[in-house]
Amino acid sequence: MTDLTSLTLAEARDRLKHRAISSVEITRAHLEAIERAEGLNTFVAITADKAMQMAEASDARLASKEAGPLEGLPIGVKDLYATEGVHTQACSHILDGFKPHYESTVTANLWRDGAVMLGKLNMDEFAMGSSNESSYYGPVASPWRPPNWSRDRARAAMRSDKRGLLTPGGSSGGSASAVAARLCLAATASDTGGSIRQPAAFTGIVGVKPTYGRCSRYGMVAFASSLDQAGPLARTVRDAAIMLRSMAGPDPKDSTCSPTSVPDYEAAVGRSVKGMKIGVPKEYRLAGMSSEIERLWARGAEWLRAAGASVVDVSLPHTPYALPAYYIVAPAEASSNLARYDGVRYGLREPGADITELYEKTRARGFGTEVRRRLMIGTYVLSAGYYDAYYVRAQKIRTLIKRDFERVFADGVDAILTPATPSAAFGIGEKGSDNPVEMYLNDVFTVTVNMAGLPGLVAPAGLSSDGLPLGLQLIGRPFDEETLFALGEAIEQSAGRTTLPEPWWA
Amino acid sequence: MSVDLNTVRRIAHLARIAVSEAETPHLQREINAILKFVEALDTVDVDGVEPMTSVIPMRLPMREDVVADGDIAPLVLENAPLTEDGFFVVPKVIE
Repeated sequence: MTDLTSLTLAEARDRLKHRAISSVEITRAHLEAIERAEGLNTFVAITADKAMQMAEASDARLASKEAGPLEGLPIGVKDLYATEGVHTQACSHILDGFKPHYESTVTANLWRDGAVMLGKLNMDEFAMGSSNESSYYGPVASPWRPPNWSRDRARAAMRSDKRGLLTPGGSSGGSASAVAARLCLAATASDTGGSIRQPAAFTGIVGVKPTYGRCSRYGMVAFASSLDQAGPLARTVRDAAIMLRSMAGPDPKDSTCSPTSVPDYEAAVGRSVKGMKIGVPKEYRLAGMSSEIERLWARGAEWLRAAGASVVDVSLPHTPYALPAYYIVAPAEASSNLARYDGVRYGLREPGADITELYEKTRARGFGTEVRRRLMIGTYVLSAGYYDAYYVRAQKIRTLIKRDFERVFADGVDAILTPATPSAAFGIGEKGSDNPVEMYLNDVFTVTVNMAGLPGLVAPAGLSSDGLPLGLQLIGRPFDEETLFALGEAIEQSAGRTTLPEPWWA
Repeated sequence: MSVDLNTVRRIAHLARIAVSEAETPHLQREINAILKFVEALDTVDVDGVEPMTSVIPMRLPMREDVVADGDIAPLVLENAPLTEDGFFVVPKVIE
């Protein structure tokens, strides 16, 4: 028998449709895989009973030919999505015990289409991080072993503090690690500055951050509302397209959600890219960039040229300012969004002599160090006397960043090709302890896309000399995810499917 | 720009986060590292540039002004750490 967990989402869907397998079988196989992979720390809540009930209901619908597009497919959900009656804490201590009585629109859409929920996935606290190390529930280990580490050494580290094992990236680290380790067919994730795309690159899978407004933000725990966007992590471009079609769509509960209908993204997978014009922005060639990343990037351009696209040099002159501007806009919005955690309405409460002391003690104990740091930066840049110098200036620079892209697209460029990350995955405990900016630099290639509200797709493009996955990023016009799926498939076909690591953790 | 220890204490209070005296110098260093990093923005000419208000231009949708939700007080209170007679409980605010 084929291992049911190694099927792609599309393969599993087709087998379920032809009743070659049942949802109960494939759901059980995944629940068993999750149990064996406990040491990776990907799931913070496993909803086994719910999963089996959903699987049984799916099998009944498959039998009566009433199946939805995702019928019976077991998936994981980032802890940032509100799931009714189920652990929803954005992996923060301050949301201790929180179980919403409502469902996020994105997950509701997935269940409507027949998907089965396996549980909630680990993440950086409130999605603030690039390594999944800021989670209250502890770091997530990547299924990729550090170069030259034996199975025994990795297993020993997994059972202790996980230091030295590779991070899966962040903030959607649990989602990425679980998808790469074949613990779920696909997962929901979210991206404010790179939180879908950087983990996809680190774990050798596909991640899509759609256009701002493509997916509803209703029921997603808010970090920075003008940047946050939902998206999928999956093992193939096709699987990501299938997921996004179900996740996306209009929603009266989110006024920033686009009313336009969702195209059949899967139909774009395999579509010819002949005649497309691909921009390669010179500003992404950073000083001190590794030759390995440069070669990967050039190879990606070569693949697209071979597939019939033309590749042109373009300029996005405000690129160097995107990351610093992000570290004003995102913390500012976070400081406002996270004001709701007050110890009164939900979650953790630390008693205080008066209301101010109650707030201050609750928030000091409930927020982790990275979240506290960003809230303080956000508070500072919004405070009297600094608002214009920091926040308004950053929003002006955001306008300039968006104009750069508009100019390039107006010149007939269909999509932009860049590296996904400045390096392959790093180790747990390796970065950011002295200076937080060291960690922030991970998002240097991805953050521009959020600042401009554009769609971005990361596909695996090969391995580093150390044998670790590296990804390439495609940036598209607003609401033109289809072009990204067509080009992403061309890269996937040229690079070949990445062979994911054997389960040394089990 | 950089912040001194007093400013760190003031920001912490504005953010309603209790910070111990022992943590303050460390926070100061980290905040200053971030402020140093964003100094790059000072070199950009932003004269006459509109600050971004909406990243994707969109008309704000309107709907009928009718009650669409409500009467769920027990559900709203369900996750509260402390309630009494259908109310959230807080320390005494008004003397």
